[in-house]
Amino acid sequence: MAYTLTVNGAAQSVDLPGDTPLLWVLRDGLHLTGTKYGCGVAACGACTVHLDGVAVRSCQTLLEDAAGSTITTIEGLGTPENLHLVQQAWLAHQVAQCGYCQSGQIMQAAALLAENPAPNDEQIDEAMGGNLCRCGTYPRIRAAVHAAAAAMKGA
Amino acid sequence: MASIGKIARRTFLVGSAAIAGGAAFGYWQYERPLPNPLSAPENGATLTPYVLVDATGVTLIAPRAEMGQGVQTTLAALVAEEMDLDWDQVRVLHGPASRAYLNSAVFEDAAPFMPTDEGWLAETARGAMQVPARFLGLQITGGSSSTPDAFEKMRAAGAMARAALVAAAQRRSGVAEGALKTSGGAVVLPDGTRIPYSDLAVEAAALELPSPPPLKSRADWKLLGRSLPRTDMLGKVTGTAQYTADFRHPDMLFATARSNPGLGAELTSYDATAALAMAGVTAVVEVPNGLAVVANSTWVAFKAAEAIVYDWAPAPYAATSDGMLAEAAASFVADRQDSRNRNDGDVEAALPEDAWTAEYSVPYLAHATMEPMTAGAWLQEGRLKVWAGTQFPTQVLVEAEKITGLPQDAIEVMTPVMGGGFGRRAEMDFVRQAIHVAKAMAGRPVLLTWTREEDMTHDSYRPMAMARLRGAVDGGKVKALDIQIASPAVLTSQAGRLGYALPGPDVSIVQAAWDQPYTFPAYRTTGYRVPAGVPVGSWRSVGASQNAFFHESAVDELAYLAGVDPLEFRLAQISHPASRKVLEAVAEASGWGNALAAGRARGVAFCISFGVPVAEVIEVADTPQGLRMTGAWAAVDVGIALDPSIIEAQVQGAMVYGLSAAINGEITFADGRAEQQNFPDYEPLRLPQCPPITVKILENGTKIRGIGEPGTPPAAPALANAIFALNGQRLRSLPLGKAIAFA
Repeated sequence: MAYTLTVNGAAQSVDLPGDTPLLWVLRDGLHLTGTKYGCGVAACGACTVHLDGVAVRSCQTLLEDAAGSTITTIEGLGTPENLHLVQQAWLAHQVAQCGYCQSGQIMQAAALLAENPAPNDEQIDEAMGGNLCRCGTYPRIRAAVHAAAAAMKGA
Repeated sequence: MASIGKIARRTFLVGSAAIAGGAAFGYWQYERPLPNPLSAPENGATLTPYVLVDATGVTLIAPRAEMGQGVQTTLAALVAEEMDLDWDQVRVLHGPASRAYLNSAVFEDAAPFMPTDEGWLAETARGAMQVPARFLGLQITGGSSSTPDAFEKMRAAGAMARAALVAAAQRRSGVAEGALKTSGGAVVLPDGTRIPYSDLAVEAAALELPSPPPLKSRADWKLLGRSLPRTDMLGKVTGTAQYTADFRHPDMLFATARSNPGLGAELTSYDATAALAMAGVTAVVEVPNGLAVVANSTWVAFKAAEAIVYDWAPAPYAATSDGMLAEAAASFVADRQDSRNRNDGDVEAALPEDAWTAEYSVPYLAHATMEPMTAGAWLQEGRLKVWAGTQFPTQVLVEAEKITGLPQDAIEVMTPVMGGGFGRRAEMDFVRQAIHVAKAMAGRPVLLTWTREEDMTHDSYRPMAMARLRGAVDGGKVKALDIQIASPAVLTSQAGRLGYALPGPDVSIVQAAWDQPYTFPAYRTTGYRVPAGVPVGSWRSVGASQNAFFHESAVDELAYLAGVDPLEFRLAQISHPASRKVLEAVAEASGWGNALAAGRARGVAFCISFGVPVAEVIEVADTPQGLRMTGAWAAVDVGIALDPSIIEAQVQGAMVYGLSAAINGEITFADGRAEQQNFPDYEPLRLPQCPPITVKILENGTKIRGIGEPGTPPAAPALANAIFALNGQRLRSLPLGKAIAFA
């Protein structure tokens, strides 16, 4: 049966088994490839998207459970022409190295800042600890989260 | 990112460099030109493969894999600098697989001369090591060699392209050549008229190019030496950068593979009935040592691969890690001696009977790139297209020719950005599988993605290794140090999987243990080769990753025996100027010697690898939750720093990579199979554990050096030495997390 969900503002009908993880619905069903597969067990955060505004691991979110929800992926957060504040901070701090984890890092950081516009280091640790980066961009991620928070305050 | 295939076709359909309004410029310094992959082979030696100019502007070819290290930005800047392009005009492509993009610097460090030895003989030998690289036509990214390899030749390519464009402008305008200037991607006439390069390309390509003009002096650099915005950054922060798994074609099939977890052993038999009955499964295809499942989505392929019953042949090596360690311990014998590259003074005479002795060991490590191994392939009408994140695209041509029987000119290899490499993507296993599946599914594009579990259990691991050390101190200095290391041979193992034999000693066994710039009067390094077992491969910094731990722990132990501050101890026994300066710089940056808060301590380590001297300091704090790293400092000397921001990021990342392994990294074997399956079993460092990392970049070295790897080796010993300074616990085997709790 087809499931309906709203992805990046557009209603989508998806005809895939209900137990398909949202990650693969996005990537192989809807060809939204900005969301990445890293571990499949919610241990790395590369697949992080927003489900009704909350950061979730899409590899552990089943299509049948996501049906009817509003999903935002990295492609919907901002575009190269119209960057989200978090993406602007990532660009300014030249955070990415290989970049593979960064969609998830940015989605996680955006969810944190939406909930807490001025996080301290401990709160950043708490929110970002589930997102792995093997290139070791952590010092720049921390700086970029603080910069995005400062920009939001000024905005 | 535009496809190189599209550009090459659009620009150079017929055998001239100047078809359809485009031109290619480049340069290499060898007498016999290699065919320019961007145009027909009958082109002369002067039109070569680094610069494309067409009606839409200038595209630079950066023929090294972008694994995250920022290399394409730096390589493009080398060309752009000499062409007087503005940075926002620069477009970069990886370029096709081609022998023209060989890396002649990658083997330089295999020559048996110390990195600090710049004498005639050493330089001649390093030059000779370029011969095999050139002979094999290796287009390889590794060994921190991309920037040294490209520094002269890509600037020369830019200078030649500029000269040709200026000559064309001179012909057209009649203005004397000396009166023409270039800026912002245009030739500027004395009256201020600007002729964009794209207008001049066709005329320029028709001219005979001069020999390479002189390069700019450093004082005139506008791009090099500055922190430039990376060309790949916007794509990576918007999810629009395309990795191997992100390419979509109509009719594309999705696949995954399972091969024998006993690495190198066969699949004896299997039952795929249940998998083939699953909705969405298209086929099950035999691949070397295993199977691939082909389906209508990656998820269905993953599930179907789980549903197959496999009968695996046993692994062709010892079944358990303990057995492997015993094999290493049994390898310190004469008939397994591989090298004795250093033998200064008389170690045996200098060592007293009660000499200090210690045994150290390190485990196997997985690369665990964030992007699991992934490759795409499409066989259609006698042509094969392969897209894969690979550090070795010319080898993909060789493998694809073997599997499909197609000539190499019918094979196209595209190299997208990759989600980390660290040496893993110099291997061909996953690419071969994709080509086998494409052959079986001819006509349909196939994307083959490994699960994380397949990736972690089918790596070419950093070897398990062991060191036996003896030493003595006298008068506050080392009197003698004897280093014996037993390790499987990484380069031999790696080359063997590609069908190449590497005769002679394998330098990876003793890399960074024999060639350090200490002046100990009796100083000997012996390498022993542990017989081949589990496949081992290059893991960020290769042999230096374990040998710096052995060497710098030993130096630290001897410093304490001598009762001398460990940083002062090193400085007192290193005379190489650039190495001394990184130690001094890290001491100054960290405030080494200043009083610390109670419950805090620091450790230092030094290592020169890939020609780069690096000194690192780590500070640890004892907390109720466990040990926490509270600060990290590094000083590195790259000779010439082309992009400080990228260098800083590489050093920070290399330290995090080394610290991840030092604290938690361990692959163990049972029944011949890797026991760790996924990140919960092989836990890398996470953001809350990462200390602030300060990086000092020095330029006292005499040659330009690459910085992808040298930051890794000192990280583990600096941390272990800090732990000793904190609580007197000398940890002689990794990972440290087995002996001490980390917060």
